[in-house]
Formats: sequence, structure tokens, C-alpha cells
Amino acid sequence: MNNPTSGQQAAPPSLLKRIPLAFSAFFSILGNAAVAARVDRLERDEAPVPAAPVAPATPAAPVTPPPAPLREATPDAALQLLALFQRDARLIDFTQEDLTGHPDAAIGAAARIVHEGCRKVLREHFTIAPVRSEAEGSRIVLESGFDAGAVRLTGNVVGSAPFRGSLSHRGWRAAEVRLPKLTSGHDVTVLAQAEVEL
Amino acid sequence: MSAPRYAIGIDLGTTHCALAYVDLEASDGEATSHGVLELPQLTAPGNVDASTLLPSFLYLPHADELAPGELDLPWAAAQDGVVGEMARARGATTPIRLVSSAKSWLCHPGADRRGAILPSDAPPEVQRVSPLEASTRYLTHLRQAWDHAHPEAPFAQQDITVTIPASFDPAARELTLEAARAAGYQDLTLLEEPQAALYNWIQNSGGQWRRDVQPGDVILVVDVGGGTSDFSLIAVLEHDGNLELHRIAVGDHILLGGDNMDLTLAHVVARKLAEAGTTLDPWQMRALGYACRAAKERLLGDADLTAEPIVVPSRGSKLIGGAIRTELTADEVRTTIVEGFFPHVPASARPATRVRGGLTQLGLPYAQDAGVTRHLASLLGRQRDATAELSGFVRPNAPDATFLHPSAVLFNGGVFKSALLADRTFDTLNAWLAAEGGAPARVLTGADLDLAVARGAAYYGYVRRGRGVRIRGGTARAYYIAIESAMPAIPGMEPPIQALCVAPFGMEEGAEAELQSEVFGLVVGEPIQLRFFGSSVRRQDQLGTLLDFWQPDELQELGEIRATLPAEGRSEGDVVQVRLRAIATDTGTLELTAVAVDGQGRWKVEFDVRNNG
Repeated sequence: MNNPTSGQQAAPPSLLKRIPLAFSAFFSILGNAAVAARVDRLERDEAPVPAAPVAPATPAAPVTPPPAPLREATPDAALQLLALFQRDARLIDFTQEDLTGHPDAAIGAAARIVHEGCRKVLREHFTIAPVRSEAEGSRIVLESGFDAGAVRLTGNVVGSAPFRGSLSHRGWRAAEVRLPKLTSGHDVTVLAQAEVEL
Repeated sequence: MSAPRYAIGIDLGTTHCALAYVDLEASDGEATSHGVLELPQLTAPGNVDASTLLPSFLYLPHADELAPGELDLPWAAAQDGVVGEMARARGATTPIRLVSSAKSWLCHPGADRRGAILPSDAPPEVQRVSPLEASTRYLTHLRQAWDHAHPEAPFAQQDITVTIPASFDPAARELTLEAARAAGYQDLTLLEEPQAALYNWIQNSGGQWRRDVQPGDVILVVDVGGGTSDFSLIAVLEHDGNLELHRIAVGDHILLGGDNMDLTLAHVVARKLAEAGTTLDPWQMRALGYACRAAKERLLGDADLTAEPIVVPSRGSKLIGGAIRTELTADEVRTTIVEGFFPHVPASARPATRVRGGLTQLGLPYAQDAGVTRHLASLLGRQRDATAELSGFVRPNAPDATFLHPSAVLFNGGVFKSALLADRTFDTLNAWLAAEGGAPARVLTGADLDLAVARGAAYYGYVRRGRGVRIRGGTARAYYIAIESAMPAIPGMEPPIQALCVAPFGMEEGAEAELQSEVFGLVVGEPIQLRFFGSSVRRQDQLGTLLDFWQPDELQELGEIRATLPAEGRSEGDVVQVRLRAIATDTGTLELTAVAVDGQGRWKVEFDVRNNG
């Protein structure tokens, strides 16, 4: 698979660049728990670890912590899921087709295959649960410190917690993901093999 | 060897395998700590997914068919074959490379079970495997999956129980054992599947079972799986205040299961499409089979539905317009499945033995009659007197009964996920009972239909250590060898034979029976071949009983058996006087040995002898 770090490894920063980098890294690790966690992860996951920034005794000029880089989703799992949706639900076949000229009955027949297959993929590979267990339409109270990542406030968003409102969508959460494991040489970019009947 | 930590139960099914376990250290009395192992398997090239069921299919790929490494598993495994879900899916499009129903071949006396005969319709260049080898591959996969998940408790050190159909003959039992040994199984016991299902029911009841059954009950276990139907009768007795379970009878081996039902339904729909001018290729037939199964389950599950749409996708990438749409009606399901496989018949009904076109396939002796209820009627009729000789049994069968009256029914197998089919079977049985003035039977509920056998087998490994009730029963047949009568030969007629009982009915584990009355002269270096018979009804025959005459349905001919004396220490052509000794082994097999009368040696008598061998 493509290793996103390989380009950086090809051209290592020069010593002159490394000194300020080491300083800024030192302070960001010390002052920012998230950065520290990332470095910790880096240390554990990747075998060739860059030399840990050595703490110099001399004080340095205060630096503003660099913005946390955005996480890049690996394409593997996405491609794998697409392949599953194609295999069991023919989702790519369905979406690659032009609907014009087809009667609704034919589209409906194909939609049954897609719907049933997608259900199967979701059921087999995910455990999906609502974020909120209350019935939609019911009034709920959000105490302060609620998980803003899981609950979205809409409409008249003013004032302070506790917030009172009516639940318009329960939300969905993947409680569990069970994607098939891949063999090391498997090419995930092939979403469906071409078939040749002999 | 250190004491096992787990009792492992393995369901080696015709269409699926499963592995369950009981943690012996964490279990106490009726509170067991148990589980089912998720089995990693290839689901597509390069994709490994875990499921509790391993489809019992072996696919033998062409050398150029798959990219290197696409068959890798979490453990080092052979690359010349795939088992599990991917094998099943691949095999549907390339059936000439698919081995299926290996277990049915394993108990097919007409086939060379050690010979490389599968896939039976493969072209010559495909490297075939034997039914024994295919079973070994499935069992090996299960062992490796366990070792991968439990490196701290190696499989070879655990207590293993492998299940077999109750109807398996001694040769099939021994072949199963041989396959397991070849797969690296060491400490192993065989258990009949219907018994395993009952053990699972006992386990799930958590002690409640003692209140659910009473002394005098006869429990009928009806197990209809993907490929076979298997019945057993288990009587409940009381001894010193404790309930005892005795397996008193087993049914014949019937190759008839849920897969036949789905296939039949697919053909009904395919015929309907053909009448409308649409023909399906094999790939579409398979897709139709899946669609029919799903639609059937919805129709059987909801009495208000009158029809369910069925869509068969096109094979090419044009989905819209290419898909074939039809429907399956509730009427079709009723006539095909309910009336076809579970007809309301009187208790006197017997399976037809005419050759049917629909179900037969080259090679395997599929049931000629699809009526599960007729097979059931036949078993109960044949076993009418099964409880008569059972000492201590408190509810004798009514004297004018035409069949054995069961008082409780336990359903097992995926087919009975449809409550309608279980109800139909149950209603039919109760109609038979009512016709003879018997009390209606009741249903024992609480077993897990798909995994009961594996779970029950693991539980059996646990109770075998003295921690719960055990089902007794011993061998479910009496065994005979054919002896030529001392009668003048009549030209054109086979010399009449007599049947000599070499192993009586109900030999319990560890029991030995040495035939004193008959001495055979074995010529060193020359094999002696004998015809071999089994009877599931002749309980009264003692060791050495000589039968001149029997009803055709009383004795079934099994494969021939053979004894060979190696020439070690003797000269070729010498004659050694031997007696036959039968042993019901702890493992669950029957062993026949030829013992020299002078005490100078013993030799194993082989089952499963090939005529060309």
C-alpha cells in the first residue's frame, strides 16, 4: 500500500531546520496533550522513530504551537466497504447507471437488490445503534458538557446549558465495526473483479 | 499431557461446521462458562472475515486463478484449496472445482471414501480429493482457528467432541475418527448429533429440565439440517431418585435437508420464468436460490403475506433493466415446502422408494421421498416396541399402538427456524397420537437451532467429567455377518445366507463381546471378506444368535468387512483359527478384531472395504 510517510523519509530535513523543529516539538509536547498523544502513537506504531527531541537546557523564545495537522482517512477501509457494497448490493453498478429512459418499475426492481444487499452489509459488518434512545419528537434536555460531537443543536441556538429541545433525529452511531481483514498483498482498488467465463 | 482447560464441541455438518467450547475451570455444576468460536475464513480473495459458521465447502482453485497471497489466512495454511464462505461463493460459478457434501459421501458405502473422487464431475486435470481428505481439511481449519484464538490453550491438549449423525454406520464413524486424527485431533470422542441437541437443551435449561420431563417420557429429537434429516428417540427413566436419559433408537440416514427445500423452490420459480420465456443461467439460478430462501422465510414467517417479490440481478454491470423480476407466492411455498416436505399423512404412511427425478444428483443416494413426516412415521412405526424391553420404564406403549408414542419433541436444525414447519411436524405427530387415543406430545423449547449441536457437544465434554446428566444408550444397532448356509447350491441362485450376530444392540462404551460359538480359519496373507449387516430393531438378539430368516426392513446391508493376517512370524498359506471380538470403544466407534484362538495375536477387521481393493 502507499505509505504516506515515504515521501518525507526520502528528503530528511537538514540540521539547521531540525534545531528549531526540535524546540518547537519539545514545547508542543509539553504544552499540548493532543500533540503528546500523537507523538506517543508515532513512537509505538512506526519502527524507525526519529530521535526524540533532546531537551536543551537553554531557554528558547516562546513559539506559538503549530496548528494540529488534519487527520487523513486511509482509503483502504473505504475501498473495502465499497467492494462489499458492490459485491452484496451491486451499489456501484446501480449508481454508475443512467436512470433516464428506464421505467420506475425497472428501477424499483434494481432498488430491491441494492436495498437488501446494503442492509446485509450493514448488518454483517457494523453494529449500528441510535445516538439517542428517546423517541423522535420527544422533548429532551441536554445538560452542560453534552457531547457536541454526537448531538447537533439546530434552530434557536442561544443561551447556555441545560438546553431543552425536541429530538428531530435520533442519530446513528457505529457501536462496532467488523470489516474483513485483508491479506497483505490484496489490491483494494479493485472494487469488483472483471469476470470472464471460460 | 496437562489437564484440558476447555471442552470443545465440533459440529462437522453437511453444509456448515461450528465450534463451541465450555471453560472447564470456570464452570461449576449447571452454571457453565461457554461460548462459540468466531471462525476466520476467506470470504473473497484477500478478505478474511470471521463467522460462527464455516460452510463445509472446499474449493480447488486453478493455478492461475488467484493472485499470489490472496489465500492467506491468519495462520500458515495450505494454498491448494479454500474452505468456508469463499469456497461456497466461488464454487457456485465454477462448480467443477467445488467439493460439497463431503460428509454425505463419507457415509455412502457405494463410494470409495478414501479415494480421490471429489468433485465428482471435475475434469481430469483437477486434482481431486477424497471425502476423507475434504473432512480433514474442514477439521484442520477449525483446529487452526482455535489455536490462533487461544495460543494459551493448544487445541491438542483440550477435550474434543466431534458430532456425527446418529445414523452413521461403523465405517462412517471410523472414517470420521480417521479424518479427525489426520487433522491433528488427539483426545477425541464422537457424539450423535440429536443427543448433542438434547444436551444443549439441558444446558440451556439451567437445571429446569428435571421439571420439564418426567419418568416415562419419550423424547423425539427431530433434526433437519442443511443436508440431512436425523431422528432419535430418548426415553426418560428414574433410578434411585435420579432422572436418566436413554437413547433407545435412531433413524435411518436420510439425505434430505433445507438445501433441497430451497433448491426445489428455486426450480418452481425458474419454471414459472421459463414459461414466460426467460431462461436463467447457473449463476442466476444461484442468485434465485438465495432470493427464494429469503422470500420463503418472510412468507413462512408472516401468514398475512400473499406474495413476495423476487429479483434476480443481471450478471453484467447493467443492473437496471437487466434484472429479472418475478414473485413467489404464499401458495407456492405452501404447496412446495409445507405440503411437499411436511405433508399431513397418517401414521401408517411410509416413504415411497420409487426413483424421483427432482432430488437426485449423480452419485449421492438422496432420499427418494421428500416427505420428512413420512420418514418420521416410518421410524416411529418400526420402533413401536423400542421401550418394551427397557427395564424400569414406567409408561409402556399402548398395547394396540401401531407406532411408538413420543411424549415430547425437540426440534433442531436451521429448517425449524420457520415456526410454521415445526408446527406442521408437531401437529402431524399429535394427529397420529390422537388417532390412537394417545395424549398429545409437547414441544421442548430453548435449544439454539444453528449452534445447538456444537454447543451440546462441548457441554457433553463437560458432563463426561461427571458434572451432569449423561445420555446412555450404547450402540443403536445390532451387527451381523453373513454366513453361507450349509445347503446344497441351486444353480442360478445365490446360496442362501444366515446372519450371525457379532455385536448385540446397546453395547455401552467399553463393552466387549467375543463370539465363542464360531471360529474362522484365516489364511495368512489372504484377506477374508465378509458381508456385514446392521439392524436398528432387533434388540433381542444375543451375541452369537444365528438368523435364518428376517424381514427385508429389519436388516440393512452395510459395506463389506475384511480381516487380513499379515505374514509376520507365520508362513504364507498357514491357517490360523480366530474368533471375532466386538468392542464399543470409549471414542464412540465399534471395533471388530480377529483374535487368534491360541492367544497368539489379534488383528483389526476393517470396515469400508472396496470391492476393487
